[in-house]
Amino acid sequence: MSAKLNTREVGDVTVVDVSGRITLGEGSSALRDVLRELVASGKKKVLLNLSDVTYIDSSGIGELVSGFTTVANAGGTLKLYGLTKRVKDLLQITKLYTVFDVHEEEAHAVRSFA
Amino acid sequence: MSSDTGSIGILDQDYPSTLESVDIVEADILKAAVDAGFGEDEQQGIGMAVRECMVNAVVHGNRYNRNKHVHVNVRKSAGDFEVRIRDEGEGFDRSQVPDPLDDSNVLRHSGRGLFLMGAFMDDVKVEKASPRGTEVTLSKKLAS
Repeated sequence: MSAKLNTREVGDVTVVDVSGRITLGEGSSALRDVLRELVASGKKKVLLNLSDVTYIDSSGIGELVSGFTTVANAGGTLKLYGLTKRVKDLLQITKLYTVFDVHEEEAHAVRSFA
Repeated sequence: MSSDTGSIGILDQDYPSTLESVDIVEADILKAAVDAGFGEDEQQGIGMAVRECMVNAVVHGNRYNRNKHVHVNVRKSAGDFEVRIRDEGEGFDRSQVPDPLDDSNVLRHSGRGLFLMGAFMDDVKVEKASPRGTEVTLSKKLAS
């Protein structure tokens, strides 16, 4: 299953629920498109829910990094929560785990934007 | 097919330079890794290494050229599970690939594929293929 993305608002935080595979092709381009649209519409607090991401490759990791810098360059913040062990391991071995602000739970992550 | 070196051929096939081929080869080699007796974490690692290698071959090597193919060979011996992936591209100098863990590269969009192959396999060899292209050999030791 390629990636599915759903966007919702929790207070002033935009939560993007991502599910499926974020890999080169549809999955990574869908994530890129959503994040660009959010930045273009002025969203400054973006939270990616990755709890249903079943697979991510280097292209998907690249899109997470690009999203992080795109949101930051627009004066906003992108955070992550709900990482599966697999995604967490990948971010750790690529030294990206400490770059992102990563949370275990949505409520905690949303509060951290305040 | 068994060879005089005691290894068993599992897969030996050409694939078109498409992302669909990446998915097909990843799935086929994952199945072979299961049959070879690798555990779940090792299977995932092998699958990811193969995927990254196939993407490099299709995207950077053959540049999606449908007149070029990616050759995949998988063999199993008493001690090793070996995947060879060969493209028909212009080749590259491994020493010129930036270190993705260097602080100046951590936030780069791309350039992690070869690193991830090395992270999940026991050995990764990159060799110039004849008459052209690059052959990458991914090896994983089998539990004795």
